[in-house]
This record gives sequence, structure tokens and C-alpha cells, in this order.
Amino acid sequence: MENKKETYSLNDDRRVRVLSPGAMVAKRFFRNRLAVVGLIMLLTMFVFSFIGGLLSPYDQDEQFYATTQQQQEYVGVVRNNDFRYTVADGMEFGSAAQAQFLLAQGKGESTFSYKDVTYEWVEEGADLYSIYANGTLLAFAAKDIVNEEEAALPFSVKYEALKAYVNGETSFTAEGASYELDEEGNIIENGAVIGYVSRFVVRSQENGVVISRDFREALEDAIETEVSDFVYTGEDGETYTYEITYNASAQNWSVLQTKDTYVYDRYASPSSRHWLGLDTNGMDMLTRLMYGGRVSLVIGFIVVLIAAFLGIILGGIAGYFGRWVDNLIMRIVDIFYCIPSMPLIIILGSAMDNAQMDSQLRMLYLMLILGFLSWPSIARMVRGQILLLREQEFMTAAEASGIRASRRIFKHLIPNVIPQLIVICTMSLGSTIITESTLSFLGLGVKFPFASWGNIMTDVNDAFVMTHYWYIWIPAGICLLITVLGFNFVGDGLRDAFDPRMKR
Amino acid sequence: MWKYIIKRILLSILILLCVTFVIYTLLRCLPSSFVESMAVTLSQAPGAKSYEEWLAQLNASYGLDIGIIPGYIRWLSQFVRGEFGDSWRYVMPVVDKFKEVIGVSLVMGGISFVLELVIAIPLGIMAATRQYSKTDYVITAGALIGISLPPFFFATLLKLIFASGLGWFDLYGLVGRDYAQLSPMGQFWDMASHLVLPIATLVITSIGSLMRYTRTNMLEVLNADYIRTARAKGLPEKKVIYRHAFRNTLIPLVTIIGGSLPGLFSGALITETLFSIPGIGFTSYEAMTRGDIPFAMFYLTFIAVLTLAGNLIADILYAAVDPRVRIS
Repeated sequence: MENKKETYSLNDDRRVRVLSPGAMVAKRFFRNRLAVVGLIMLLTMFVFSFIGGLLSPYDQDEQFYATTQQQQEYVGVVRNNDFRYTVADGMEFGSAAQAQFLLAQGKGESTFSYKDVTYEWVEEGADLYSIYANGTLLAFAAKDIVNEEEAALPFSVKYEALKAYVNGETSFTAEGASYELDEEGNIIENGAVIGYVSRFVVRSQENGVVISRDFREALEDAIETEVSDFVYTGEDGETYTYEITYNASAQNWSVLQTKDTYVYDRYASPSSRHWLGLDTNGMDMLTRLMYGGRVSLVIGFIVVLIAAFLGIILGGIAGYFGRWVDNLIMRIVDIFYCIPSMPLIIILGSAMDNAQMDSQLRMLYLMLILGFLSWPSIARMVRGQILLLREQEFMTAAEASGIRASRRIFKHLIPNVIPQLIVICTMSLGSTIITESTLSFLGLGVKFPFASWGNIMTDVNDAFVMTHYWYIWIPAGICLLITVLGFNFVGDGLRDAFDPRMKR
Repeated sequence: MWKYIIKRILLSILILLCVTFVIYTLLRCLPSSFVESMAVTLSQAPGAKSYEEWLAQLNASYGLDIGIIPGYIRWLSQFVRGEFGDSWRYVMPVVDKFKEVIGVSLVMGGISFVLELVIAIPLGIMAATRQYSKTDYVITAGALIGISLPPFFFATLLKLIFASGLGWFDLYGLVGRDYAQLSPMGQFWDMASHLVLPIATLVITSIGSLMRYTRTNMLEVLNADYIRTARAKGLPEKKVIYRHAFRNTLIPLVTIIGGSLPGLFSGALITETLFSIPGIGFTSYEAMTRGDIPFAMFYLTFIAVLTLAGNLIADILYAAVDPRVRIS
């Protein structure tokens, strides 16, 4: 076979592929694996923040609600274990006498005396005692309680009812009228319930709640059958679940009403509707991450733009004109270098907190402050480069050709500074984003309702949130890390690519 | 040489004057919320003077009633005499509070600084000597990850894993709950265990830059002619790297390390705050967020002095270490 390859003479340009300087840089850049990875990371985060926000079906401050079951202390129930005394009309049986009765009853003595009066008692049934003085019924002591439905019941009715109740009778007569007593302790007169006997005392824990008889019965049933919860439908047709807990030391039951309440769905777990769950205000985490990315990136870019603008102008002037201008500007740079920026921003941030500044205005100030504090390093670099370039032959040639000073600066000097400028800007984008997010994390930077990757993470100051809701803070941290790392990888790659001395 | 040093010191003092003036002006222009809220509290006490009277009295006692320039001059004259006034937040002389808290910051800064040096320099050299190898990629990427880690995120991750997950350390603070009951040795270990996570955060988030600096400088030295000569002479690679290259790399390293020595005193503002370590950083953070002007003024000046001292040391070392540099 004939060798078809063309042969060029040794000094033929076509022997080597000629690349423009830009293409060389690009080639070197794309050969750097870390840089390419960084570029992909950055692109991902940009798409996520700027396009993701448009695609997300939710808004950054859209709140989601959920009905959760809240338990509220509804009633407290005490089983009565003490004697309660009911005194007949017109009679007296004071507390001192009651104490004497208790003593006598405990000892089993059938009579006791107090203040010259001799009393005697008779056990009528379980926990029901009638107390007589000189043969007349004075009072009775009972652990069961007669509750009146509407009208007050006379003493004798109560007495007879209790008597019937403890002896398991279903009817009794008092004062000539006959009453019936059903199994649940209801006292019925002519078919109407006028009262009931029960050993439980039910007190409502909420103001204005009237405990109906029906509810009481259901509750007592539940307590007697020792179930821990029951369902009850009230007169208004609402059905609630009640949970009964028995407190052994206080010997009472507390009844918790489980109510459906409509609240912000705080810290909801990730689901198909909300891929990263909801935050502390019930806002969609993923959407907030996207908007937060926008804020973080935009702040980073604007700050670096301000810094680069000031840095190029001042550094360029210092480098190009030299002498006293240079001296003056460089001393200003020295002063700015010396100002502790982080403490200063913290002070300004808390001052803005105090002034209760509007969130949007605050963001603007934050950008201005950060930009104004970070131009000196750029100015220093630009000045150094220009001092270096000024002495080179091409500048002498440019000067000899008689072109204007402005043209010399902008056409010949500045383009040669651009590579270093791009590198330094890329790297400082990363550090600016870290600074901003740190401030926002401390609550001194971007404020609610705006999201920023820093202030999304503020909730972890609550140790419970930190340990239980990973989706509240880990995604934000990872977004930050990826973005900053992307800027640093790309910046590093660009530095290597722009520097022709770095041979590969 | 002496002439240069004196010139630099004078220049530093001039810069310091400008910096403190800028800071003083800024602080004075801020709404002095602390004084106002204090006046409100005082005036609400039964039988107290009116708010305006209290405000005027407080302003006078804190020197806020005179103009910025006379105020600055007064501040400066006090500063020269070493008087920094009383902290509003801590209700004690600023200098006393400073003496109380600087120790922790210094220990924390010192340990993390030594760790940084011990880890970063060998790794940086390793990366440079094996440029473009897997080791180099891993080390460079690691350094960049360290730089890119937001300290608060990293600190929280450490807390999640080691404090609440494994339960090895406490979440916050310098001493545990039962500190007072411990023996002196136990107290030492208690404090030491509380410093582990903050130091880890500090080291990992700031190690990257020193690592990269070492690598870059080592690479530059390795490309120098005298290294080629040494290799051409047939010296073993070990000797080339550790005798010839590393010693030359030390020049910029010593400069930057010397320059960062004063920074050991400055405390770690963010890290201390994240872990509530009562060092100078956290103390100042608390003071600054509450508008404590005397303490904030002292802290800012302190940091400025440290920065200037660092630059000065770096410049002098640069000339002292490298015999090739002659200062005119």
C-alpha cells in the first residue's frame, strides 16, 4: 500500500495544529478532571436553583397545613373514696361530729357522742350509713353520690335512692311518691330521669364545657371495664376519641380528648408531594432550597461584581499611574485589609436586627457591605499585575505607536489581567457564599421570608431538630458544599489552565 | 534592616490609627440600642427618673454625648494608657473579661495550629512530589473540600455523629454538667474532651489553604534549576527532596507561619460561637450582637493589631530567612 500521508517540510506550519490561546486554555482546563467535575457541579447547582425554582409547583413561602390529632386534657375523673355527708333539712351535723363518726365507724362502736349529744349509726348497705340522734335521722354518710339532673332533690329522696342503690333494689318510695332505679343508677320518676347515683366525680378541665350525662355514662363504663380509650359521639354529632390514663398515686383518671386540628405541617417527613419534607413553617423544603440557592448565588455574584469593579478601577489606577496615587490607594488597601471584616459584619448585622429592617433592604445592604469589604485583595492583585505588565515590551511598543492612554489601559493592559481576575473572582465567589451563609446561619444575614442556604439551616440550633429531622439541614449543607466546591475546583482548574508554565 | 523595621512599625501605627478611627466612627453611627434599652429598663423602675434623663446620664457616662472626633481622641488617649472601659454586656472591665477568656482561645488556637502544620506540610509535599498522581488528586481535592466546607455545616455534622449519635462528646460548652465534682485530672479531661470537636472543625476547615500553599511552593522549587542539577548529579531522590527542595520550600512557609502566629490570639469567632466555647471569639460575638460598644471596640482593635503584627512578622521573616532578599 502506498503511504497516503502527506509529507510536509520540517518548518511547515501544518505539521503542528495551531490553537488560539483561548483554545489552549480550554484544552488545558478540560484535561483537568477536578475542574470538569467542578464545572458539572456548578452547572447542576445553577440548573437546580434557577430552573428548579420555575419548575417547582410550590412557592417559596407557600405554607402547607395538615390536620393532626392533638390531645387535650378534657376532664378529670376521681373515684370518690371519702364519705360525703348529706344532712337532713333543719338538722345539724358539723365537721367535728363527722370526724367523731369516722372514728366510731372505724372502731366499730355503734354510738358516739359529741358535745353532750349521743349519736348512733346504722349501716344501711355498702358504704352507706344513717346517723341518728335520739332516734331521729340526722344525716347519712355515703361514698356514692346522688347527682341531680335539673331540680334539686329533697333529702329523703336522696336517702331512699341511695339505700335502694346499695341494696340493689329497683324501686323505692319517698314522701309518698314512688321512684324507679335502673341498673345504671338513674333515678326515674314517672319515666323521667331526675338524677343518678354514681361514685365518680367528673370535673371538666376546660372552661365552658358541660359534661353531659351520656358522656359520663360512657366514661364510667370505660373506667369500669378498664379500657384505655373510647369513642364518643356528642350531641352535636362530633365524634372524638378519648384516652383514659389512670394516675395511681393521685387515684384519678385524666381523660384526653383527641381532636383534629388544622396546623402548619411542621417538619413533615419527605413524601411524594414534598420530596424533602417541610420545614419549621410548613414550607416545602425542596422549593426553599431552590430559591435559597438563587439568593446565595445571586448575592455571591453581586458581591464579587462590586468587589471586582472597585478592585479593577482602584488597582488599575494605582498600578498605571504609580507614584503618590499608587501610594495613597495602597495605604487605603492596607487599612481595609486590617479591618476585621467578619466581626464588623456581625456588628452591622445585629444593628440591622435592632432597626428591624425590611428583609429585602437588608439583603441589599448585606451585598453592599460584603462587596465593599472585599475589593482590596482584587485591587492588590490588579495593581501587581499591571506593574508587571507595564514594564513589558508590548506596552513599550503600544506606547511608541502613540495610542491613547485609555486605549492602552483597556485594550492592552486589562485583557492581560483578566485571567488572574477570573481565577480570583471564581475563588472568592466560593468564599463569599460561605460568608453569607454563615451570617445567615447566625441570623445576621438573609432573613425570613427569603430563603438562603444558610438560614435554612438555622433550625439545627435546636438539638432535637438536628437529630430527628435530617432533611431539614443536610440537603442545604450539601448544596452549599457542592456549590462552593464547584467554584473552587473550577477556579483551581482555571488557574492551572491560564498559567502556561504549568506543563502537563 | 533596623531602619526598615522601624519604618514598617511606624507605618503600622499610622494604619492602626486610621483603622481604629474608621471602626470608632462606624460604631458610633450605629443605633446604640444597648444604652436605649438600658434607659428604658431603668426608667421603668418605681420612682425612677424619666427615660430622657436616664438616656442623657448613660450617654454621658459612656462618652456618647460628645462628637465623634473628640470622642475618638478621648478613646485613643484611654487606649494608649491601656484603659478600655467597662463592658456593657458583662458589667466588668473589658481587660478583665479579656484576661478571663483569652486562655481557652489560645489553647484551642495553639493546638489546632500545631495539628495543621503537622498534617498540612507533609501532605502538601507528598502531593507536590507526586504531581498528577492519584495521591496528588486526592490531597488536592481533600484540601479544596476542607476549604469549601461551611464551618457551621461541618460543626453540625460532627455534632450529629459524635455528640448525639455516638455520645462521645457534649453538644455545647467547655465543661460538662458535673465539672465541679470532678478531680483536677478529671476536670482536665472534661475540658479536653469538650475541645475535641471545635478543634477538629477548625483544623479541617482551615487546613486546605496551608496544604495548597505548601504544594504550590514545593512545585515551584521542584521546577527550579538547582533541583535539576541535584538530580543530574545523581543524588538519590530522597536527598533531592528533603535536603534541597524542602529547605527552599521552608522559606515561604516560615514566612506565612510566622505571620499567622499573632492570629493564635484572635480566637475562632465562628467556631467558638458554634460550640459555645467561652473564648475571646464567642465572648466578643455575644458582646457585639448586644451592641456592647466598649467590648466590640476593644476586640476590633485587638484583631487589627494582631493582623498588623502578623504582616510585620511575615515581612521581617521574609527578609531574615531568605539571604537572597535584601531590603533597602
